[in-house]
Amino acid sequence: MTAAEPESGPVPGGEDLRALAEASGLRSSGIRQPVPEYLAELWTRRDFIVAMATSRNSAQYSDTILGRLWQVLAPILNAIVYFFIFGILLQTNKGIENYIAFLMCGVFTFTYTQRAVTEGAKSIANNRGLIRAIQFPRAVLPVAVIVQEVQQQVVSMSVLCVIVLLSGEPLTWTWVLVLPAMALQTLFNTGLCMLIARWTAASRDVTQLIPFVITTWRYLSGVMFSIEVFTEGLPSWVREALYLNPATAYIEMVRDALMVSHDVPTRLWVYGAVWAVVGIVGGFFTFYRAEESYARG
Amino acid sequence: MADNDPAGSEPTRAPTVICDDLDVVYRVISKGSGGTAAASLRSLFKGQGRGRVYKSVHAVRGVSFVSREGDAIALIGRNGSGKSTLLRAIAGLLPAESGHVFTSGRPSLLGVHAVLMQNLPGDQNILLGCMAMGMTRDEAVARRDWIIDFADLGEFIEMPMSTYSSGMAARLRFAIAASISHEILMIDEALATGDAEFRRRSERRIKELRNEAGTVFLVSHSLGVVRTTCNRAIWLEKGAVVMDGEANEVVDAYQVKYDPETEAQDRTVKAAMARKTRQTREAAAAAAAPRAQAPAAKAPAPAPAPAPAPAPAPKAQQ
Repeated sequence: MTAAEPESGPVPGGEDLRALAEASGLRSSGIRQPVPEYLAELWTRRDFIVAMATSRNSAQYSDTILGRLWQVLAPILNAIVYFFIFGILLQTNKGIENYIAFLMCGVFTFTYTQRAVTEGAKSIANNRGLIRAIQFPRAVLPVAVIVQEVQQQVVSMSVLCVIVLLSGEPLTWTWVLVLPAMALQTLFNTGLCMLIARWTAASRDVTQLIPFVITTWRYLSGVMFSIEVFTEGLPSWVREALYLNPATAYIEMVRDALMVSHDVPTRLWVYGAVWAVVGIVGGFFTFYRAEESYARG
Repeated sequence: MADNDPAGSEPTRAPTVICDDLDVVYRVISKGSGGTAAASLRSLFKGQGRGRVYKSVHAVRGVSFVSREGDAIALIGRNGSGKSTLLRAIAGLLPAESGHVFTSGRPSLLGVHAVLMQNLPGDQNILLGCMAMGMTRDEAVARRDWIIDFADLGEFIEMPMSTYSSGMAARLRFAIAASISHEILMIDEALATGDAEFRRRSERRIKELRNEAGTVFLVSHSLGVVRTTCNRAIWLEKGAVVMDGEANEVVDAYQVKYDPETEAQDRTVKAAMARKTRQTREAAAAAAAPRAQAPAAKAPAPAPAPAPAPAPAPKAQQ
């Protein structure tokens, strides 16, 4: 009496069903869309992305008394800790004119990329329930992480600007260059976040490795020492190799913008731009190619 | 039951979902690799590598069916029989190991719980949930009052979700998911919670959605709800279809196997109802549904401790 097909129960001929599906214009479910449609749908989800980033940022501090004031306090405390360890205890400031500004530019800029990695690693794994419940382009999740981090980074960079001013750097027109530097870093971070999201979704073991990789990366990026000074007397390829590190490029770009007392080779801006393109394109395609697999695991 | 009959039962209604010999396999990292660090190392070097660490669960086996416009299909079966997995595969959320799922439009699985944030108040979660389902911010804001009314949480709507009872959270989730009509709507156990009044309201809403939309799939252990809201039922066991047909017939057969006691009760209820006119029958159904559900809810797992979990990943199979 109902729509139940007469051949209920065991498998009817597969060809018949497929033909019926084609005849009725049904489409195969769960097949990844082509890139243009995928990106278009990602764009239609922009409200959701922003809402998710904003609510996560406010939910993060909702059970504290100081609330979102922590968004400002956290980077300041971070700066104080770094200054105490590297400026006072370890004295890695040799050859650097304005060490406070130098160190803070390094710390604040590197933290941005670091958070893209650590939060990106959780973006798929922590949202398995959402992925299994609702159909949407999975790139929404790493992109929402980046939007959330951009919101945080705007606050952090404002704090940084105040610290740099207080440290004695003059306010010049080059400060505007912080914006393109941050934009390029954001593109790179987005790609990196997607790459990490895919790797950690495929294997939880990667998540365990991240802290070690991050620590190593921070020490190689010239956050607390000057690569220029450090590589004096070494073969020139050592310095060039260290400059090829994308984190170094973005840190140096921010220093170039904010500090008069620090000279940065112009080619680092080129490296930063190239890394941004490589990052976003490579990261997106790496992520996109595993689109159907994220619901597993 | 009369109101189980869809608008028209002619077999020419357009297909909405075609499931063609579908198999779904989960792969999970086996808990067996727990133990000490030394044990993990040993198992890694004994060449038991990946084959040993990964376990696969064959959750859906060779399922085929065709659903049509106006169908409300219940998936019934014991815990771990593959009901929820099948829903997810139809929704395109889990990849098929073999076979195909064809759908008209995009199926929506009623389950926005994952996006709801415990630290945020209910009304913000409403916006978030609506946008997760694909609404723009404006659409979500426009829908918010309807959802607040339907969920009927009073002043709790401004409190963080962490202060909600499980029933209240379930009401909010259902209200959000049921706020728009879906071409293919899938509901996983959403009716199991909530008080009798809310349950009736949500059953009514499902009927509305069924009329507005196309096809409703319902996973439920509450056989009373299946009888009153669905016109068709598919009985799954160990991931395979045991029976597929008219809802009452399938539920009867299911109860004969797993719950003869309730089956007998239901039979007398049905006999009594058959004597009345159509109007009084509807009234009786509304009154009898909660009574019939109470024992029926325990039916699926009678022998061991009743496991309340919806069991998305069956564990007993391999």
